[in-house]
Amino acid sequence: MNTMIKSVRGAVLALAAIAVAAPAMAAGEVPNIERQQWSFSGPFGTYDRAQLQRGFKVYKEVCASCHGAKFLSFRNLAQPGGPGFTEDQAKVIAAEYTVPKGVDEYGDPVEGPAVLSDRWPSPFPNETAARAANSGAYPPDFSTLAKARAVASGFPGFVFDIFTQYQEQGPDYIYNLLTGYEEAPEGVDLLPGQYYNPKFIAGQSLAMAPPLYADSVEYTDGTPTTVEQYAKDVSAFMMWVAEPKLEERKNLGFRVMIFLIVFASLLYFTKNAIWRNVDH
Amino acid sequence: MAGHSNYVPQSAAAKWLESRLPVISLVRGSFVDFPTPKNLNYWWTFGGILFFVLIAQILTGIVLVMHYTASTDAAFASVEHIMRDVNFGWLLRYLHANGASMFFIAVFIHMFRGMYYGSYKAPREISWILGVIIFLIMMATAFMGYVLPWGQMSFWGATVITNLFSALPLVGEPIVQWLWGGFAVDNPTLNRFFSLHYLLPFMIFGVVLLHVWAFHTTGNNNPTGIQPKTKQDTLPFHPYYTMKDLFAIVVFMIFFAYFVFYIPNYLGHADNYIEANPLVTPAHIVPEWYFLPFYAILRAVPDKLGGVVLMFGSIAVLFVLPWLDTSKVRSGAYRPLFKQFFWIFAAVCVGLGYLGAMPAEGIYVVLARILTAYYFAHFLIILPLLGFLEKPKPVPASISESVLGGSGSGQPAGAVAAPETK
Repeated sequence: MNTMIKSVRGAVLALAAIAVAAPAMAAGEVPNIERQQWSFSGPFGTYDRAQLQRGFKVYKEVCASCHGAKFLSFRNLAQPGGPGFTEDQAKVIAAEYTVPKGVDEYGDPVEGPAVLSDRWPSPFPNETAARAANSGAYPPDFSTLAKARAVASGFPGFVFDIFTQYQEQGPDYIYNLLTGYEEAPEGVDLLPGQYYNPKFIAGQSLAMAPPLYADSVEYTDGTPTTVEQYAKDVSAFMMWVAEPKLEERKNLGFRVMIFLIVFASLLYFTKNAIWRNVDH
Repeated sequence: MAGHSNYVPQSAAAKWLESRLPVISLVRGSFVDFPTPKNLNYWWTFGGILFFVLIAQILTGIVLVMHYTASTDAAFASVEHIMRDVNFGWLLRYLHANGASMFFIAVFIHMFRGMYYGSYKAPREISWILGVIIFLIMMATAFMGYVLPWGQMSFWGATVITNLFSALPLVGEPIVQWLWGGFAVDNPTLNRFFSLHYLLPFMIFGVVLLHVWAFHTTGNNNPTGIQPKTKQDTLPFHPYYTMKDLFAIVVFMIFFAYFVFYIPNYLGHADNYIEANPLVTPAHIVPEWYFLPFYAILRAVPDKLGGVVLMFGSIAVLFVLPWLDTSKVRSGAYRPLFKQFFWIFAAVCVGLGYLGAMPAEGIYVVLARILTAYYFAHFLIILPLLGFLEKPKPVPASISESVLGGSGSGQPAGAVAAPETK
C-alpha cells in the first residue's frame, strides 16, 4: 500500500509539473503586454483629473471621428470621480454637438445642440455605414471597451493578480496597442487597409491605421505631446468611461473593509467569551 | 426539530399561537435549543455562510430586476444603466455577480468538507442527496444568470451549453429548439432564462429547508464522525453556534468585499463587456470559473454525446456516493489512506478547473483525459476498495473523549470503538 501511495504521489507531482510547464508552450500566441503605472490602480487609486481631461481631448479630436461612446452622457463629464469639468464647461462641450431632438409639430425629425442629459452622439448612423467607411471593420464603441479587453496573465500570474488587485488589463492593452504599430517584417503580407501591430489581441494586423502622431493634439498644460503620452491619457480616459464609479467604489470599499474588520474582531472576542467554559 | 425545544409558552399571546401553530417551538427547536456537537470546526460554518450568500443573492437580485430589461435589444444597455445611473447600482451588480462566485466557493468547500468527514454516510444520505440537488439547481441558476447581461460570453456560453442537448439521439434537435424557443439563442431564450433565473433561487431556498430538516433529524455530523452519546457531547445551537457562524460569516464578508470593491471583474470574462453578437464568435468560449472542471470533462471526450454523458455523470455519481464509500468509519480523520486520496482528488478537481480554462488542444486534452479518468476512478474504484483495504485508526469512544484526549490516536485500547478491529 505504501508503494501505491508513493507512485500516486509521484504521478500527481508529474502532473503538476506538466500543468506549470504547459502555458509556457502556448505562450507565443498572446501579445506581450507591458504593464503601465496608473493613478487609478490599487486600493486608494483615483483618476488624475488633468489626465482625464487630456485623454478626453485626444478622444474628442482623434478617436471620436470613428469610435462612439453611446453610454457616455455629457453630464458625466461634470460628475464627481470624473474629469472634473464644471457643469458650465460640460454644457459648452455638449452644445458643440448636434443630436436628434424628437419630432416637430408636423412629425418631422428635429436636430439641435446637445444638452447635459444627451448621450455622446455616434459618429456613424449605423454599423453598415461604419464598416463601409473603415475597410469593413467596425470601430468598437468606447463605453465599456477598457473592461472588454484583457490579455490573460496565465499561470501563476493570475493568482498574483488577486493580491496586487490588478484590474488594469484594459488600459494596459490599449496603451500597448496604440504604441505598438510597426513596419511589417519581411515576409508578412498584409491585405490593403491592414496595419501591422504585434500587440493586437486577435491577429498580427488590424484595420485601424496608427491614430496618434506626435504634436497632433495640442496640450495647454505643458504635458509632452508625444504618442506615448497621448496613448496613456486616452487609455486612462477610456477606463473612466468604462468604470465611472471606480473612485466611489474604492472609497466606499475602504470604509466597508474597516467596518467589517472591526466587527469581525468584536464578534471573535464575543464568541470566545461565550465558549470560554467549553472544551472543544 | 420542534422536539428539541424545551420551550414553554408564557404569555397569553404565545400560548394562543403555540396551541394553533407551534411555530415558536419549531424555530426554537431548530435554531436555538437544537443540540449541536460541540466539536464542530470552522469548516462547518460554511452551511451558515451559504445561507447568508443565498439570501444576499436573492435580495440584490430583486433590486437589480427593478432596473433590468430582459430583451436582446435592451439587456446590455440596462446593465450599463445600472452600473452608471442607478444609485449604488454598480454595488448591487458587483455584489450579485461576485456573489455567484462566492456561492460556489462556499459550496465547494462545504461539499469537500462533507466528503472529508463522511457526512454523506448513513444516516445522512438524504441530506447529502438534497445537497447535490441544491448544487444542480445552483448551477442552472448561475448559468442562466450569466446569460442575462447579454454580453458575448453570455450569448456564446448559452449557445454552447444548450447545444449540448443536441447530442442526444433523435430527441436532441427538438429539445434544443424547445429550450431556445426558436432556431437560435434569441429573445425568447433570454426571456425564459430570466424567468427561470428568478424562480430557481426560491426553489433552492425550499430544498435548503429540506436539507436542514434532514440533518436536524439525524443530527449534525462532526469531525470525529461519531454520533453524540450524552448531553456532554452537544451544545445548544444558540448562542454557541449562532455566534461562531456569525463570526465566520463576517470574515467571509471581508473576503467577499475584497472582490466586490477592489477586483470586481477579476472572476468575470472581459468579453462579457462586449454586447452579444451572433455573427462574431469569441476566440475562446469559456464558462464561468465554477463550471471549468465540468467543462474540462466535457471536452476531454472526443465524442460529443460521450462528453455530455460524462459531464452529467460527474455530478450524477455524487448522488450514489453514500453507497460507493464502503468504509465503516465515517470521518476521514481516522482513515489514513482515504485522507491521501481525498487530497489527490481535490488536486485533480483543481487541475480539471485549470484545464477547462485552457484551449482544448495538445497536451491539455491529454491531461484532461487523465484527470477525468481519475475523477471517476476516485468514486467508482478507489472509494469502494478503500473500505476493504484500509485499516482505520482507532476511533474515540465519544466526542467528549476526543476533545479531551486529542484526535483519537494514543487512546487506551478499552476506549476504542469497534471499526478498528473489523
